Amino acid sequence: MTATDTHRAIEAVWRIESARLIAGLARIVRDVGRAEELAQDALVAALEQWPESGVPDNPGAWLMATAKHRAIDLWRRNKLVERKHEELGRELEARQEMAVPDLDAALDDDVGDDLLRLVFTACHPVLSTEARVALTLRLLGGLTTEEIARAFLVSEPTIAQRIVRAKRTLARERVPFEVPRGAERAARLSSVVEVIYLVFNEGYSATAGDDWMRPALCEDALRLGRILAELVPEEPEVHGLVALMEIQASRSKARVGPSGEPILLFDQNRALWDHLLIRRGLTALDRAVALGGARGAYALQAAIAACHARAQTPEATDWTRIVGLYADLAEIAPSPVVDLNRAVAHAMAFGPQAGLDLVDALASGPSLRGYHLLPSVRGDLLRKLGRTDEARREFERAASLTRNARERELLLERAAACLIKLDARGERPSSRGKLEGAEGSRDP
Amino acid sequence: MRFMMLMLPAGYEKAAPGAMPDAGAVSAMMKYNESLQKAGVLLALDGLHPPSMGARVSFSGGRPKVTDGPFTEAKEVLGGYWMIQVKSKEEAVEWASRCPASDNEVIEVRQVQEFSDFPADVKAAAAGFPDLQSGQQKGS
Repeated sequence: MTATDTHRAIEAVWRIESARLIAGLARIVRDVGRAEELAQDALVAALEQWPESGVPDNPGAWLMATAKHRAIDLWRRNKLVERKHEELGRELEARQEMAVPDLDAALDDDVGDDLLRLVFTACHPVLSTEARVALTLRLLGGLTTEEIARAFLVSEPTIAQRIVRAKRTLARERVPFEVPRGAERAARLSSVVEVIYLVFNEGYSATAGDDWMRPALCEDALRLGRILAELVPEEPEVHGLVALMEIQASRSKARVGPSGEPILLFDQNRALWDHLLIRRGLTALDRAVALGGARGAYALQAAIAACHARAQTPEATDWTRIVGLYADLAEIAPSPVVDLNRAVAHAMAFGPQAGLDLVDALASGPSLRGYHLLPSVRGDLLRKLGRTDEARREFERAASLTRNARERELLLERAAACLIKLDARGERPSSRGKLEGAEGSRDP
Repeated sequence: MRFMMLMLPAGYEKAAPGAMPDAGAVSAMMKYNESLQKAGVLLALDGLHPPSMGARVSFSGGRPKVTDGPFTEAKEVLGGYWMIQVKSKEEAVEWASRCPASDNEVIEVRQVQEFSDFPADVKAAAAGFPDLQSGQQKGS
């Protein structure tokens, strides 16, 4: 093995082991930041030693043993300092020797509970949402600061600082390394689910930048969601989240064109949808429903995505059911974005004029001002009604509002297509794109 | 990226119809499967009945010819597979290395082809294929 091969092998081991390593250490040292530093020390030791010695047979155990030795060294050194300060006598010293924590026993326990503690700690409400996202990707996803920075188009020092601050906040606020109980648990779990979906969504429809999708981020979120579903298999909300992500991810390959341009739901080649992921998504949705979670926000969105997934063609979609599901969603998670998507489904079920009436009612309110999908949807409905010139102006307005370069291009193309249609008087425009049902919403 | 971990158990080419691994081996394997699942990397897995229950269709001379199993002359036969989603070949190899496999078993780690892996001409040639599969008009 060359040094580069070994480095790549170490990266792979790190990806598999880091979360469990940090979680196990955090239980012992009761400080997530300290635990992560210890794990990092072990990684550095591996990078130094493995190119010479080769990758050990049980690399995870090696990393854990190394980190554990560091922990004991640190603990002894701290005790030493303490002792000097307090001028403790021989008797106390003996007692302290006995008090060395039984790390081996602690580490042999089931690591699942520790992972769950780590999940809840990384998504703790004392942290800002962006800090939770960064810390979750770092501690649970095993991503480097550089990878997180690249994924969110933020500079590396910014992310590094965000993580340092988050760890400091957790220590300062004395956030216990534990799984919350009772009423608190539900709210805290929702926060975890939200963080994971936020990561997924940033990968699925990047809010800014040149790429329409960042698939690696979707995969990281999916992996975190699947891990969480294994940790708390009794929680319907988590299965709803996994269902939604699996089904949305099933369209990844179909929703980007050869030069990176977005392809909207109606124009997607459904043969490119990933049926393995659809099947997994439908199974997860069944599980959420069986656990009594059919009316959860994620399960409802997953059910909407499932309506699309089951339809061989756009025309075969059960739009009436989708309208009903959006109505349910609007009840439990009222949001103008949900209303907008509902209007789109309404138009598909009952005609463009019916949809436009709903959209116009929304447009008169202030909540969607500046949201590019509002004029985009309006433009689409106007075009279907033959009001091409108004449609073109709406697409242009939508283009001026989006921060995503690929999306802007698409919207300008659709505006241009309206012009062609005007010239040709009645010729069908080349794109029959429309807003992707649930996919347009980032704010369920 | 997706990888298939293909389990190639030596001797399986001669296994009697209905042959099953013993409960101890299955239980160790289940633990491994669970570890893949808990790590969020497992997408699918299946075990295959022995070749003695299957058949091979060969195409020598441009004509299909069916041979019923077992295929005692075969060097390697498939016993089952895992499909995993990981970030690198190294990660797939690391997962394969953790399998509680026995002396006679080999796991071949192979990356699943993605459409984007194909060169332009192959892409063009393959473009219509999924449409044929689903009986749809080509998407725009």
